[in-house]
Amino acid sequence: MKPIVVGVGMTKVGEHWDESLKSLAVEASLEAIDSSGLTPEVIVFSNMMSGRLQVQDHLGTLLADELGLRGLPAVRVEAACASGGVAFHVAYNMIKSGIYKVALVVGAEKMSDTSTEQTTTALMTAEDREYTGFYGASFVSLNALAHRLYMEKFNVSEEEMASLAVLSHENGVNNPFAMYRRKISTKEVLESPYVADPIHLLEAAPISDGAAAVVLASEEVAKTKSSVVSVEASTVATDAIRYYEREDLLTFESAKKAFMNAVSASKIEKDRIDILELHDAFTIVGYLTLESAGIAERGKAAKLVASNKFTLSDKPAVNTMGGLKSRGHPIGATGLYQISELYLQLTNNAGKNQVDNAKIGVAFNVGGVGTTTSVSVLKRR
Amino acid sequence: MSESVPRYWREIKIRERLIGSKCEDCGRITFPPRKVCPYCRSRKLTEVELPKKGKLLSYSVVRKPPAEFEKYAPYVIGIITLENGVNVISQLTDIDLKDVKIGMELEGVLRKYREEGEEGLIHYGIKFRPRIK
Repeated sequence: MKPIVVGVGMTKVGEHWDESLKSLAVEASLEAIDSSGLTPEVIVFSNMMSGRLQVQDHLGTLLADELGLRGLPAVRVEAACASGGVAFHVAYNMIKSGIYKVALVVGAEKMSDTSTEQTTTALMTAEDREYTGFYGASFVSLNALAHRLYMEKFNVSEEEMASLAVLSHENGVNNPFAMYRRKISTKEVLESPYVADPIHLLEAAPISDGAAAVVLASEEVAKTKSSVVSVEASTVATDAIRYYEREDLLTFESAKKAFMNAVSASKIEKDRIDILELHDAFTIVGYLTLESAGIAERGKAAKLVASNKFTLSDKPAVNTMGGLKSRGHPIGATGLYQISELYLQLTNNAGKNQVDNAKIGVAFNVGGVGTTTSVSVLKRR
Repeated sequence: MSESVPRYWREIKIRERLIGSKCEDCGRITFPPRKVCPYCRSRKLTEVELPKKGKLLSYSVVRKPPAEFEKYAPYVIGIITLENGVNVISQLTDIDLKDVKIGMELEGVLRKYREEGEEGLIHYGIKFRPRIK
């Protein structure tokens, strides 16, 4: 029994001064529900920081009420930046269990209600507050530790490190939901200020607002629909919560395990992947994910992207709708933007960035510094 | 964010003396101390004080800090591999940014991390400086 994606909905990512966390989540949810033509039996809400940024929790029930679905079972899922993928995993298993036939999984994050410093504090809760947060590390600086080590160890240049940001922006130009729809050059990236050396501002995904939603249904219910996208696997794996404790600081064990399990569950080998959505919150996260999953050789991912691999005409094509860097990264929503974008590609609705004959799409949604990884494998039936 | 006095107090020995734990079964040392060994899942762990000397493994400069560190930026954060092979994260002190080099020899000293305003707590912990020969 494979859960089927029967509808998706997205808001544009950006700074939505006139919208609240609630209104963004409602907009994406209604669109997903309407496009599915079904009524959800359960709601899974993905969000990381509402308790700190909006001083609002209890999001599952809040959304059920707003959607006119009082009475429905509803849960909120949190796994830092991987919240969306992990929420999808929960909904996937709810459908697979046979207990629910239709599930709404929605991710939303509203990051512009607070100052950059307050949001930076909230983002650091992805790590151990007492032994990493105490020392004044920002979330970007933890990724910067990996970024510097990677450059040193594999002799990778600044230009090569920047290349995934350039690629994502190239694709984001044609995504109507993307926050920054413009190309950037390597030179612009390297001339942008450091957020945490050696990570430049234009190598880091922006602080953003947005919501994305997916309706999943059982095969039985989906039979009456024209939907053609099945979820072949949804996996989650974790690693040491404190980045500095890792045995090998340049392997994301969580990505390695989650991908291995996804391959064995779906029987889909890496050379069959047409579209790959990488979690480029920082370029280093994208490279270490590619390498940990075995899609690129160790130490070679940045060099491959810099030599124009993974473009729209390549297989796999990477971040076809702009990735986190250009589309934006409203934390709890990101994993569901990835799924929604794969859905557009697999249903031939990706517009100018449509990858010809795309059959298999894979999304890596990463929380922390490779601390939690969720892998989703979608297939056009 | 301000911390309650008890929350701060219970972490003091760990932050100021670098107390970790040693697994009686597999011998591995972890920082901070814990109840279950992450390598062999043994529950026979005892507290040990970690060495204060080590080498810089990687570093970054925090230019956009969390709210509570706003007035201290920019500052250097690093991963330090201690003499017993255990990694810790810490700020670097008593050094110019241009002199920070991967592999440099460091030593831990007790320093102030931040103040919570005029009447709040003052946070102390270990920072690492270039080793004085």
